[in-house]
Amino acid sequence: MERTEAELISAVLKGNAASFEPLVQKYSPRVFATARRYARRESEVEDIAQEAWLKAFEKLGSFRGEAPFEHWLMRLTVRTCYDFLRKHQRNRESAFSDLTEPENDWLERFRTQSEAVSENTDAARLLVARILERLSPPARLIIMLLEIEDRSVREIAALTGWSVPLVKVRAFRARAEMRKILAKLPKDKYM
Amino acid sequence: MNLAELQKKLIAAARTNAPGDGVPYAFEKRVMALLASRAVTDDLALWVRGLWRAAVSCVGIALLVSAWALFNPASSANTEDLSQNFENTLLASVDQSVQTQ
Repeated sequence: MERTEAELISAVLKGNAASFEPLVQKYSPRVFATARRYARRESEVEDIAQEAWLKAFEKLGSFRGEAPFEHWLMRLTVRTCYDFLRKHQRNRESAFSDLTEPENDWLERFRTQSEAVSENTDAARLLVARILERLSPPARLIIMLLEIEDRSVREIAALTGWSVPLVKVRAFRARAEMRKILAKLPKDKYM
Repeated sequence: MNLAELQKKLIAAARTNAPGDGVPYAFEKRVMALLASRAVTDDLALWVRGLWRAAVSCVGIALLVSAWALFNPASSANTEDLSQNFENTLLASVDQSVQTQ
């Protein structure tokens, strides 16, 4: 008979580490999907997921059961992703001169006919991924959660552990940071 | 170029790019193996932590006792009595043998 999550967690806390495996199996897809939003290389994604699960095991005693385990795990995963972003801040000041031809063409089409240009193209997706990589870790996290995943400020505060006012301030700064980066895009692809 | 519109289009593009939720083969086995190896290391860490705590406690007690001895020295009269008694006890067997002779 399949054990419930509460039973599995209780067994792990009593010292039966093997009971943790079904939880890892069940929720790893969500953990990986979240991690893939913040890391491009699959090796980095796996590192994040592994770190999230190790932390979940260590901190399982702090899970009170008031909310679903999945919510608690996602909070932990988002914070692990944020730690990863902070640890792996690469040189974000790379020039936009290395935009690919499709990206340049998409930008050019946007300049001439902004409404007609479709966002559902690989070029647009590549361009936004490039821009997200240039954001600072808090800005990237906020843009991802607020704008792309469309979460509320309260949800973001719960996920990140930041206060609601801090989320709002960081959201304001993140949008400004993104606009600043967009302003640096080449004005003419021939420049 | 309308940056607000560009930002809106690019965010919309990011939304269409939902990441996959595939999990590498046997990932959960690797996690469980890591947890098992960490548990062994943690037993050692427990011992080390315990021994450090014991060492710190011993140093604390030694300092307390030293402080007590420093601020509460034994009175000279008592010291003399004690040293005299100690000497008498030690030499008692010698005294006895001298007396019998």
